[in-house]
Amino acid sequence: MSIWLVRLSVDRWRRASTPEADRAPTALILETAHGPRITAANDAGLAAGARAGMLLADARALCPDLAAVPADPAGDLAALEKLAVWAQRWGPWSALDPPDSLLVDVTGTAHLFGGEERLLADVAAAFARAGLTARPALAPTAGAAWALSHYGRGGAIIPPLQGRGTTEGGGGASDRDPKAGLSGQRRSPLHPDPAGRGPPPRAGEDMLRLLADLPVAALRLDDDVLTALRRLGIKRMGELAGVGGAGEDDADREAAARDALRRRFRNRHSPAANPLLRLDQLLGKVPEPLLPVIARAMPLVQRRLMEPLRHRTPLDTVLADLAADMVRVLEARGHGARRLELALWRVDGEVLQRRIELAAATREAAHITRLFAARLDDIDAGFGIEMVQLRASWSEPLHLAQADLDAAAEDHGTALAACIDRLGVRLGPRAVTRPVARASHIPERAQSWQPPLEPVPASQHPLAFHARPLKLLDRPEPIAVLHAAPDGVPQRFRWRGQVREVARVEGPERIAPEWWRERSTTRLRDYYRIEDAAGRRYWIYRAGLAGDGRGGVPDWFLQGLYA
Amino acid sequence: MFSKPSPARVLSCGQPEPRWRPGLNAQPFHSEIFAPAGEASGAGLALALARDALAAVSGEGEDTRQVMWVQDRATIRQGGRPCLAGLPQDLAHRLIHVAAATPEDALFALEEGLKCRDLACVIGEIAGNPRALSFTASRRLSLAAERHGVRLWLVRLDAAPDLSSARMRWSARAAPSAPGRWDAAAPGPATWQAELFRARSHAPGQWSLCDDAGTLRLAGDPDLAQPMESGAAPDLVHLARPTVGRSLAARVHA
Repeated sequence: MSIWLVRLSVDRWRRASTPEADRAPTALILETAHGPRITAANDAGLAAGARAGMLLADARALCPDLAAVPADPAGDLAALEKLAVWAQRWGPWSALDPPDSLLVDVTGTAHLFGGEERLLADVAAAFARAGLTARPALAPTAGAAWALSHYGRGGAIIPPLQGRGTTEGGGGASDRDPKAGLSGQRRSPLHPDPAGRGPPPRAGEDMLRLLADLPVAALRLDDDVLTALRRLGIKRMGELAGVGGAGEDDADREAAARDALRRRFRNRHSPAANPLLRLDQLLGKVPEPLLPVIARAMPLVQRRLMEPLRHRTPLDTVLADLAADMVRVLEARGHGARRLELALWRVDGEVLQRRIELAAATREAAHITRLFAARLDDIDAGFGIEMVQLRASWSEPLHLAQADLDAAAEDHGTALAACIDRLGVRLGPRAVTRPVARASHIPERAQSWQPPLEPVPASQHPLAFHARPLKLLDRPEPIAVLHAAPDGVPQRFRWRGQVREVARVEGPERIAPEWWRERSTTRLRDYYRIEDAAGRRYWIYRAGLAGDGRGGVPDWFLQGLYA
Repeated sequence: MFSKPSPARVLSCGQPEPRWRPGLNAQPFHSEIFAPAGEASGAGLALALARDALAAVSGEGEDTRQVMWVQDRATIRQGGRPCLAGLPQDLAHRLIHVAAATPEDALFALEEGLKCRDLACVIGEIAGNPRALSFTASRRLSLAAERHGVRLWLVRLDAAPDLSSARMRWSARAAPSAPGRWDAAAPGPATWQAELFRARSHAPGQWSLCDDAGTLRLAGDPDLAQPMESGAAPDLVHLARPTVGRSLAARVHA
């Protein structure tokens, strides 16, 4: 179901002002580069000749006593968002369609209101009670409902494609007669009555044939596309799709029109610029993702303090109280906190913020208190703290579980997530990590570090014949080769100021650079496992080959230490 | 108010073996391993001892608990970080690495890890003799480990053996490895010269230990029919199927 709030901004202004003010011609204006421009006008203003898009000066020339009121687009959007949540009384799922429409999914809910006609009547009545002019329409797809609500004439309902019997389209229109007339005088694209309006829609009939008489603007296209279509002489959706108004059936013409559309708009990928895409969305052949509006309040608890706090001990008490409150709020929702923000308002107007993130959703007051206590050491209370607020800006579902009995944590130790939280708060969030394999042959790229409790991505099992060192240096350290064997492998080298004699060697294992990622001058590496005379085992490599054209004499590096 | 006896007292009630050997049931909760910084022998021996202890203590079933590895900044600079592909297969997927900036932070992380019931064991690496790692600090670690039953192997890189309350104190260095089966010129499996210089329940002594396919063994152990059966080295003995006493042609006819 699509609901078009025909004159949302004017209605909002009227609700805020007096009936006397409404009787005077009034226009809502927005400052633009060329002076104030009218965005909407009330009935008296429309009668006096003010139109949306006019410059205020031009309108004043027509009607000198036109009152100008600044428009409030941000307020309109906020009101629309509230209305979207409110409109979920008719269906479980609603979406914003700025600037002035709502979409509600009413699949399977019409019977609760006694049928689709009565559902639409209920919608119109409810919005009228709220003082808002609304045009609802019902259709199987969001696009078709939008087209009907904005440009539909009589039948505000398109029945589902299969199934039910005849729906007389006129039923919904008669209820909204006064409002339909009102919007008709404002909005010109309502096309004149097509001859005879055809037979009432039959069950299973093609939706396109029902909508063929609507103007192309009902496809939610951009202005420049509409201009292009107007220049081509295409005014109605039926002409665009190659479908006659009623009765005639010509598959060839339809295919030809479709083909012409595809060729003309072949490099337009956004739906608003491509009539073919919009047409398919309207018919339900292509999915149209919509962003639903979900009302979700952030769990928030606060304490206003009778006397400003200046010492740490009472602050800890307040914090423990807040944590207990927060746990109660979270428990009521079945959630656990992942991120908590503590804000402390000081008497002198400063606000101190402390934020912690948790490795897993938690609902333990003692744990929260303990984590924050570590972050409160550097708080400067100044002349005192008068208000403390704790909010969970990120929470995740967490089921109720058996609480730890008596001093279980004391006896049985902490859980892993709690341990990681404590470490993260003291050592920083990047200190506690888990190594995970990454798709690369370069040893230092072959592993990355991620937060320890996140799922490990799937990776290839390491090859059994690759002997990798137990530890890798963060940065390969250059070694000075003092004496090399005839095949180029060092016999004696110096690393960290100590000379080592190589006793045993295995290699080379050649690892080529990743040409798809690195520069073409990156050199390959020949890795050798070596053991020196004292039994120390290392992983060394030669960067490049002599005469590979990517630099001078190749250097040697030590990268890994074997156990 | 009663308190249950700590796992340390429960487990160590068997009669102590005078001489240490791999695979003992009574394993200490807090060990220290002194090793030079320029080699990975300390970490390697710590891992091998930890795996030895976990295999001896745990029953059937795969151990899925996490292993925490704490390093301070100096040890990361000197010895690098653990390499995923070089870790033993059964540990690689359950390693949590903690990079602490200072020895104080590393000690804090070690103690938090010992208090955590979901960890199999904790391995720490601290370089030198920092002032924070006093006898009191090591006593705290010992008590936490024995209270919560989580074992700790603390590797001390380039450190002098000062006062400590560790139950077993090792001094380790790399030793020349046995020749590989296929390539005598290649480095063999990890081998260490380990000296137990202080232990509560064992006599001090020296061992030459090696890592045989993830199992800690005495190097040159006469009981082993095939010493160096398959080491960490690429010793592909398992990929070739042994034809025991019969030729392949004989098997076809059989």
